[in-house]
Amino acid sequence: MATFSTNEFKAGLKVMLDGDPCSILENEFVKPGKGQAFSRVKLRNLKTGRVIERTLKSGETIEGADVVETVMQYLYADEEFWHFMVPESFEQYAADQSAMADAAKWLKDQDLCTVTLWNNQPLSVTPPNFVVLKVTETDPGVRGDTSSGGNKPATLETGAVVRVPLFLEEGELIKVDTRTGEYVARAKE
Amino acid sequence: MAQWRPCASLQTLQLRAHLLARIRSFFAAAGVMEVETPLLCPTAATDPALASMHSRYTGPGAPAGRTLYLQTSPEAAMKRLLAAGSGPIYQLCKAFRDGERGRRHNPEFTILEWYRPGFDHLRLMDEVGALVRTLLGLAEAERLSYREAFLRYCRLDPHTAETGELRAHAAACGVSAVAGLDAEARDGWLDLLLSHQVEPRLGRERPTFLYDYPASQAALARVVGDPPVARRFELYVDGLELANGYHELTDAVEQRRRLLEDLEIRRARGLPELPLDTRLLDALAAGLPDCAGVALGVDRLVMMAARAESLDQVLAFPLPRA
Repeated sequence: MATFSTNEFKAGLKVMLDGDPCSILENEFVKPGKGQAFSRVKLRNLKTGRVIERTLKSGETIEGADVVETVMQYLYADEEFWHFMVPESFEQYAADQSAMADAAKWLKDQDLCTVTLWNNQPLSVTPPNFVVLKVTETDPGVRGDTSSGGNKPATLETGAVVRVPLFLEEGELIKVDTRTGEYVARAKE
Repeated sequence: MAQWRPCASLQTLQLRAHLLARIRSFFAAAGVMEVETPLLCPTAATDPALASMHSRYTGPGAPAGRTLYLQTSPEAAMKRLLAAGSGPIYQLCKAFRDGERGRRHNPEFTILEWYRPGFDHLRLMDEVGALVRTLLGLAEAERLSYREAFLRYCRLDPHTAETGELRAHAAACGVSAVAGLDAEARDGWLDLLLSHQVEPRLGRERPTFLYDYPASQAALARVVGDPPVARRFELYVDGLELANGYHELTDAVEQRRRLLEDLEIRRARGLPELPLDTRLLDALAAGLPDCAGVALGVDRLVMMAARAESLDQVLAFPLPRA
């Protein structure tokens, strides 16, 4: 894998830090009047999601991380893995629980999502920003009940639970924002 | 946005023009003469922390071509004018520094440099303070020695602390694991602590003059006292370094020693080799008047006046748009 000098740093560049793949968020050039120049870098550890700060001497190099984002179709899950396929090449990949994290609760068969591969292994899975899912279980809405802020929990076909307005009934389709886990609107098939 | 358009707003460019006019009237009133010196010279600053860009001239006088360096500041040429008896002088010009590009840096920038024969660094700080008060409407500046600043913000004495202590403090502040810094020994760690722990806290309520630098960071300032300190100062406003000044070294022998030491360090670090500025040394040997001098970053000054977050907001065409 290539190495990158601090002069090549920019947001989105993937590098290795302490053995983990990281994505650069910000890079600030810092230099005292007449002294050593530094790069103050903010990175996201792509394994843990944690944001870390690091200072490097200007001009130092660090190893790049073989990280690529690929759009894949979700196929199915078995006991251990979630299986994905690249539509163009039919190549298949299996993501484990830690790579799936929260993504698992939003995915239906056939959905297209972004799979981040590190050394050709799924590192994380990003579901589409919006998904349309069927409500499989929710209490009938009681009009006039405002104690719960005008909404109620609903279980969706993937097992996710979101707060929905009182008027929604079982069997209806709703649009959900996967980034916040919030109900957006009623949806049609 | 269309790439042909300026980054700075027209309003900011008007503010810049206004500040330049006020700087000129400040010096006119003070009886300081405006001068111009070459931006392209056969010599360059030898300071290992500065990198010069260069160009090439081919023509009458140089049929085979000759390397000319874009000046990192007009210091050397202005000192030659002082030695020639110019009296107090200032210059507003462009300066160039390779490798420096960021929120607060552009490789080509506007510098205001001036020299005051008969002044020491303390008296020049008064004048810098007065100029900045006039231009930015700030409060009276405070003065903090380099040592006091480190004691206050890092709880260590920068003149006596061992490299290990500096490294340990950096680690305790979460700025550890700086690859390749060990070899730089003390000054690299002092620079790291200064830029990460001290500078961000300077000039917050009112401007701060940081002065009496470690002798190892004297650059072209004279060194006095025990422990020896460099009569050098920097001005900070809101954590941003605006100016760097010296009670100038006038001793030609000491100046030659420092330039040769710089060249030695450059060789050891594999940095580009540079010619020795013998004309500067000759001028010092002929007699540079006792004086203090300072360089102020004009783009940063405009940035403060415009309350901008980055230099790019106050430059018509910063490097990516040039």
